[in-house]
Amino acid sequence: MESQEADKNPVVQRLRQWDAEAVSEVIEFRGETTVVVPRAHLNRVSAYLASEPFLYFAFLSDITTVDRFPLEPRFEVNYHLLSIARSDRLRLKVRLPGNDPTLPSVTSVWPTANWHERENYDLFGIRFEGHPDLRRILMPDDWEGYPLRKDYPVEGPR
Amino acid sequence: MTPTTVETPTGAAQTMVLNMGPQHPSTHGVLRVILELNGEIVVKAEPIIGYLHTGIEKSCEAKTYSQVITLTDRIDYLAPLSNNLGYCLAVEKLLGLEAPKRAQYIRVLLTELTRIASHLVWVGTHAIDLGAMSVFLYTFREREEIMKIFEYVSGQRMMTSYFRVGGLALEPPPGFLDKVRRVIDALPGHIDEYEDLLTNNRIWLGRTKGVGIISADDAIAMGCSGPMLRGSGVAYDVRKAFPYSSYEDFRFEVQTQTAGDCFARYQVRVAEIRESIKIVRQAMEKIPKMDGPIRTEAPGIIPPSREEMKTSIEGLIYHFKIYTEGFAPPPGEVYQVIESPRGELGFFVASDGSAKPYRVKVRAPSFVNLQSLPKLAVGRLIADVVACIGTTDIVLGEVDR
Repeated sequence: MESQEADKNPVVQRLRQWDAEAVSEVIEFRGETTVVVPRAHLNRVSAYLASEPFLYFAFLSDITTVDRFPLEPRFEVNYHLLSIARSDRLRLKVRLPGNDPTLPSVTSVWPTANWHERENYDLFGIRFEGHPDLRRILMPDDWEGYPLRKDYPVEGPR
Repeated sequence: MTPTTVETPTGAAQTMVLNMGPQHPSTHGVLRVILELNGEIVVKAEPIIGYLHTGIEKSCEAKTYSQVITLTDRIDYLAPLSNNLGYCLAVEKLLGLEAPKRAQYIRVLLTELTRIASHLVWVGTHAIDLGAMSVFLYTFREREEIMKIFEYVSGQRMMTSYFRVGGLALEPPPGFLDKVRRVIDALPGHIDEYEDLLTNNRIWLGRTKGVGIISADDAIAMGCSGPMLRGSGVAYDVRKAFPYSSYEDFRFEVQTQTAGDCFARYQVRVAEIRESIKIVRQAMEKIPKMDGPIRTEAPGIIPPSREEMKTSIEGLIYHFKIYTEGFAPPPGEVYQVIESPRGELGFFVASDGSAKPYRVKVRAPSFVNLQSLPKLAVGRLIADVVACIGTTDIVLGEVDR
């Protein structure tokens, strides 16, 4: 769904100039820009977006996962960024294979990611490497399985 | 958490680990906080959540888009209309349609009343937490009047489900604006009353001033939003930064304070009630001058009017199809953010082209704000923990979802 509109987005242009490999795809839908980032580049891209004065995405609004089971790559982790100074939003998306749902943690860039990453670990089983305290947060500690995965029944385990 | 050894004036001593909650009157629900104490000073605080987790996001995936609205009421039960609005706007964005202007103004009016009601509950319960019983009785008296308006409009006091995709559920009943006017005209005097009781009250000042300080940089780094962020001096309000539902047509100021303590957050919330009254007044002026439908026209997506359903065959078919099968938005993902009484409330809705949402994620402001509790409470007395939990203004239903 790559469009000319997305290429005109100054943030996307800036990212591409900085490192063309950091952007694997740009999706424009209903006025929202999504930048698909390869897993290996996530930490570098996050640090750049948060600190670069022109961009200044200092506020991480949310982290959430979509499970595309049975398709592969199975998981899509979305980071919703906000720049208060520039009144701008951006979504980063990282695609993960079902057999290895691991990601570098972004808690060093945005401390608020701590609980968001715990929630994604708890409900989807995404493992964040380098997270200071990766434990379940909403479900009981001894819970089995990851409830928001698509192969987990709505009625719960039987 | 295990006790550690700390230095005290009389030599080395062990800290004490104290469990607060999950059943504790000042936690406003079922929040558990594990505190590590050096005497009466908090060394470490760790909030434990999840006691109210009901799997709302999972349930959403098994419902049609319209059915989900009733679930959103139950996320933040002190501001159900804000939740309705956030979700409806997200689905409308997904569909690429907009509610008619008149419906948008009525939405603004009702969500601002919700903000007033929610802040009234906050002022009352926070005062009770800190030992001022009478304010609670007064604020709940006024809140009840607002609840009566909700009941008059939607039939329900709390679980309203009044906003629907594409507009409103029903035309507001006659005399609705007169009822709102009566409540709104009485409110400023009542707020002066609360301020007389609290703002210069020495006990109140002693319990809130300088307590639970968070700096602007920390608040942004921790993802705080709403009065938590504005109390630290950041003038970020979604209504101004990313106007939705015609907020750009209304005049109001973003309220900020720079101290970043519990008292600053109290001042911000009281000032916000006064701003909301202004917005409601403007809406009351504008709404009677407008006419037109309360629901947008989109055959096959928005239910036809009762009249049309009874008189035309297309109307009947659409009515039947929408209520049995639902409607299917195009595949895609949207993230819609609104300013709820507690802060940045986000709805992420992903569609796969079927009649049920593929994924609904609620970015709950209480959940994120609660994360900074250790930052507020560490180094303070144990009694201040109550003040810190109080000014974060959490709703556990929203934290745990």
